[in-house]
Amino acid sequence: MTTLAEPVATVPIRSGGRVLRRLGHNPAGVLGAVLLLVVVLAGVCAPLLAPYPPAEVHFTTPFQQPGTVGFAFGTDDLGRDVWSRVLYGTRTSLEVGLLSVLLAVVAGVPLGLAAGYWRRLDALVSRLADLMLAFPFLLLAVGLAAINGGGLGNAAISLGIANIPMMIRVVRAETLRLADSDFVLAARSMDAGPWRILGQHVLPNALSSIIVQATVIMPAAVLGEAVLSFLGLGIQPPAPSLGIMLSDAQQYLFRTLWPGVFPGIALALICLGFNLFGDALRDALDPKTVSEGR
Amino acid sequence: MGTGAGGPLMGTGSTDGAGAPLLEIAELRVAFGGTEVVHGVSLRVLPGERVAVVGGSGSGKSTTAHAVLGLLPGGGRVTGGRILLRGEDVTHAGEARLRRLRGREVGLVPQDPMSNLNPVLRVGRQVAETLVVHGKASRREAPSRAVEILAQVGLPEPARQARQYPHEFSGGMRQRVLIAIALACRPELLIADEPTSALDVTVQQQILDRLDTLTRELGTAMLLVTHDLGLAAERADRVVVLAEGRVVESGPTRDVLTAPRHEYTRRLVAAAPSIAAGSASGPARAAETPTGPPPVLALQGVSKEYPGRGRGGPLRVVDDVSFEVSRGRTTSVVGESGSGKTTVARMVLGLVPVSSGTIRLDGDDIVGMRGPRLRAARRAMQPVFQDPYGSLDPMFSVERLVAEPLRIFGVGDRTARAARVRELLDQVALPATTAQQFPNELSGGQRQRVAIARALALDPALVVCDEAVSALDVLVQDQILRLLRTLQEQLGVSYLFISHDLAVVREISHDVVVMRQGRVVEQGPVEQVLGSPSTPYTRQLLAAVPTTAVPV
Repeated sequence: MTTLAEPVATVPIRSGGRVLRRLGHNPAGVLGAVLLLVVVLAGVCAPLLAPYPPAEVHFTTPFQQPGTVGFAFGTDDLGRDVWSRVLYGTRTSLEVGLLSVLLAVVAGVPLGLAAGYWRRLDALVSRLADLMLAFPFLLLAVGLAAINGGGLGNAAISLGIANIPMMIRVVRAETLRLADSDFVLAARSMDAGPWRILGQHVLPNALSSIIVQATVIMPAAVLGEAVLSFLGLGIQPPAPSLGIMLSDAQQYLFRTLWPGVFPGIALALICLGFNLFGDALRDALDPKTVSEGR
Repeated sequence: MGTGAGGPLMGTGSTDGAGAPLLEIAELRVAFGGTEVVHGVSLRVLPGERVAVVGGSGSGKSTTAHAVLGLLPGGGRVTGGRILLRGEDVTHAGEARLRRLRGREVGLVPQDPMSNLNPVLRVGRQVAETLVVHGKASRREAPSRAVEILAQVGLPEPARQARQYPHEFSGGMRQRVLIAIALACRPELLIADEPTSALDVTVQQQILDRLDTLTRELGTAMLLVTHDLGLAAERADRVVVLAEGRVVESGPTRDVLTAPRHEYTRRLVAAAPSIAAGSASGPARAAETPTGPPPVLALQGVSKEYPGRGRGGPLRVVDDVSFEVSRGRTTSVVGESGSGKTTVARMVLGLVPVSSGTIRLDGDDIVGMRGPRLRAARRAMQPVFQDPYGSLDPMFSVERLVAEPLRIFGVGDRTARAARVRELLDQVALPATTAQQFPNELSGGQRQRVAIARALALDPALVVCDEAVSALDVLVQDQILRLLRTLQEQLGVSYLFISHDLAVVREISHDVVVMRQGRVVEQGPVEQVLGSPSTPYTRQLLAAVPTTAVPV
């Protein structure tokens, strides 16, 4: 309180109990967590919950209204069950989102650590990241998808690559801050090598920022997948995707609204869940918002 | 001043004869969330009187001061007692009343001069703003009044400096500006919250002198909040000692210092490192043979240059420094900020490359060493850094922290290392249970003990302490210094001790090196350098240290 410097440390991930407790005190965070739980359960349990295979057509019953017996959310132009397709589409969205986050983390974190720690590499890595950031995220993803071709894997790769530069930036900034800290200086004077410093001191302390950044990338990738699929560059029909459903529904918009409404709502819920949860997680992990009761 | 009335000190009851108090705090209680941190503090300040509130961190001294201004940080509430300003109860005053009170009736000189000025506004404007807000000057005349005030607080070229920005000012100059802002509206009471703890001793003295003169001229009463008993002794008429949110003792400065009644005050007085009392307790006198074995560390003509920006040419931050650290003894490097003392420490530790000169550790030149030889050299010397919050990785348990150097150098297996950690924790007087704790669960003093344990893990010949105690409270500081001395006696380790605090240096060291602007000004045994300094700079440094010795 007088001459002691304020603790500069981030909250250790280890104190997970405290982070969870703080998350629990944030109503928006709880809502986000609940939404996430529902969405993830829907995606994981899609084969159990869906009454029909997602691509099964019922030519006798196209354009059913929601609430029809057997088709809770109605059917689309080919008579496919919208409820089943929304479940599978959610599953696809989450798969693509998860894969692209994984790619962004696997590629972005080491590059960010290296750029932050070795000044010479920094010039190269950061300029490359700047170059990629000069293109709008979606434009980059669309361009990469056009080169890579369609399909779930390629969509995830395109979106993942497009998200790498942001991850590099976040990790590099954390590394710069941490590499300057006294405990890293202490480790250096104990003759700790760069691998030990980066792996044991910098990375664990940067973990909370990386997690938060991942929750930012996730909804962006989910939306990106929908956009790519909508444009025909992502998931290829007849595989189910929320983006393809929107694209199909668009053609029959004046005939019936419903096949477009449900995938839209699903998409909104997924993104809202991740955004709310990510925001709350950032607040809970931020040492500056410690215990000042609201 | 002139009001010699001592008055009733601890109680709040009767009004004393010398007139109504300017500020009266009665049984003040402050709580943060559910925890009460100030448990019924009472104190009073008479018009023109200077009262010091002394206490360690967590004693509630700053909280009490901030409560007067209604500036409790988020979550803090006054839960009981009253604050009377000239008889008016302002305990629960509204924001409008408080805004009029702050600045106009009560001025505040905050602790940190670096963060309390707006970096994008010119200094003169910031002073003028205060005058305008409180209606003490019109928009038109405020700038010239601001220049006058800046001249009063001792800025050498006020007209020019009023047009400068805070980043162009040194810490001392910024603190002067803050004093100017605090006194601009001629408040009757000035609250100075650790006004100089972020400044060098010589600057500290200038600032306090200026504060003294100005408050005397204007007849302003001062409530000085400080952790430094010496400073309180020098500057205050009365002292109020706080511990854990309670007043443990209060009275005229001289009485409290010469005859402390409460146990805590007694410990505080005893712990305050004093130049005068130094030689009595001094460091271990065992090794009295300066011309014995070869020195552990010897610096010869060491310099550090940074390539200059623009026209200036290369910047020499350390210039031709030579000194030695004998085995089992302590050499201190003292100097103000910017003297290059920390750079010297980092060059010794091999963290900053040396521009020229040699650094010999046990006879081997470590400058430019690489690979396995540098590794061996690093094993023989270990650091303890200033900030016990920053130097321990928050993600590591104490056990892992202390064992880290052992793991890096591959000493022992897991069980041997665990045993060594227990032994080390015992040596620094920490309970074995500490091993499973994390740094954020420990106090500043405990953390510094962990840092010392880590430094000792490899049995180094030399420990480099960079301002190792300056972030700690006096009492804790005293304990850590004693620990360092004991460890030196037991283990025969040598210390290179970097500090700005001459009183601390006096306590711990055998030899002293005084640095100024990158050069060695004076060096020699501690008694000689601090006892009969031969250069004016050392004398100036010594004179600037506040002491608990009561001026007679």
